Amino acid sequence: MNLDFSQIVPYIPFILEGIGATLKFVSVSILAGFILGTILAIFKITGFWPLKLFADVYTSIFRGTPLILQLMIIYLAIPQLTGYDISAFLSAVLAFGLNSAAYISEIIRAGIMAVDKGQTEAAKALGVPYRTMMLHIILPQAFKNILPALMNEFITLTKESALVSTIGYLDLMRRAQIAGADLYRNFEPLFFAGVIYWVMVTILTLIGRYVERRMRQSD
Amino acid sequence: MIKTENIKKVFGKNEVLKGISTTIDKGEVVTVIGPSGSGKSTFLRCLNLLEEPTSGHIYINGEAITDRAVNKMEVRKNIGMVFQHFHLFPHMTVLENVTYAPQKVKGMSKKEAEQTGKNLLARVGMTDKEKAYPNRLSGGQKQRVAIARALAMEPEMMLFDEPTSALDPEMVKEVLDVMKGLAETGMTMVIVTHEMNFAKEVADRVLFLDEGVLMEETDPITFFSNPSTTRAQRFLKKVL
Repeated sequence: MNLDFSQIVPYIPFILEGIGATLKFVSVSILAGFILGTILAIFKITGFWPLKLFADVYTSIFRGTPLILQLMIIYLAIPQLTGYDISAFLSAVLAFGLNSAAYISEIIRAGIMAVDKGQTEAAKALGVPYRTMMLHIILPQAFKNILPALMNEFITLTKESALVSTIGYLDLMRRAQIAGADLYRNFEPLFFAGVIYWVMVTILTLIGRYVERRMRQSD
Repeated sequence: MIKTENIKKVFGKNEVLKGISTTIDKGEVVTVIGPSGSGKSTFLRCLNLLEEPTSGHIYINGEAITDRAVNKMEVRKNIGMVFQHFHLFPHMTVLENVTYAPQKVKGMSKKEAEQTGKNLLARVGMTDKEKAYPNRLSGGQKQRVAIARALAMEPEMMLFDEPTSALDPEMVKEVLDVMKGLAETGMTMVIVTHEMNFAKEVADRVLFLDEGVLMEETDPITFFSNPSTTRAQRFLKKVL
């Protein structure tokens, strides 16, 4: 069998640097997706139809087309129109942030709908204004309910992040491919990258469980 | 203090309230009774605009709260409400439940809100549970906390929507005792209830609703001993 892991040793620092690159854009994307997703979710439940329509159309577009297409449009197609030379990092953050916002908004919307209607009534009866009620009463309960689904979305995003290798962003995946091309051996660097992805996802899962436990204190 | 003029409420094709007119004075304890589906909860929920009447007017201290221009939040600050299913905030401790609205709505300092909150919890006998979360409490305890939470806003009047209907029988008394105590302080109270003995004992007046119509409005002694409508007679025969 043609296997020699010692060959990738010189490339290990190069590949490991990709962890930072991947984490950097994934965390910015998650944050952007989460904030935008929360706003979209609130648009969806307001009685004001233009906002609802906007959020629904948004979700439909970003869920209805491939992520890699969205990435390509942002990185390659839009510069053709605007002339602005967008960086690979910014393209990646935009594509992943905007895309995950669509999914996260659906998760959060479902979470908000699942909060007992009595909570809204109790808050209203006390004279609590809508925004304050959302922020302190409804969203904390919604987030608790949707934490597993949200964690799942973050994990998916971390794994899908490998797509940015296609626009030349030097993430973990891209670096493993470069090492493979240099060495004329693909198994070792790809296997190595795979292990790193698995470790990252496992850590994310453990963090999720920990947060979930903390939030269940009131149960 | 509260005056309703011909309030009607329609849900779809179903007219739940068919024109209710009544007046509730300051310090009065009024119970609203009637068969299920009679519209009594809807009537109560109209009083703090959790339901908006389809037509008719409601005046509180002379102000028409059914006017479109009126800020509902301002109206509700002044009216406490206790629900059948408590609706405590599950992610907050008992003390946080009681101190939340005074801080966020009235702008009270945390310290002041906690002082008031602790006094109220003492009043409903829940001092030892102030750090507990709601789901560690029995139904009766939850309802007592819910009463304290509503009182923390220092409302001028309190609405009770079947406050003991979701409780195990042995917990009904502790809640009714708190309400009795509250009535003795001169609080204006409107109570939707199935507790006929409580209505008899504590109420100044009984409103009997049936099919969205205010059939009788009288003092409890007259109502329970000598109801004038056959509907009320039939209802009382069933429940007493």
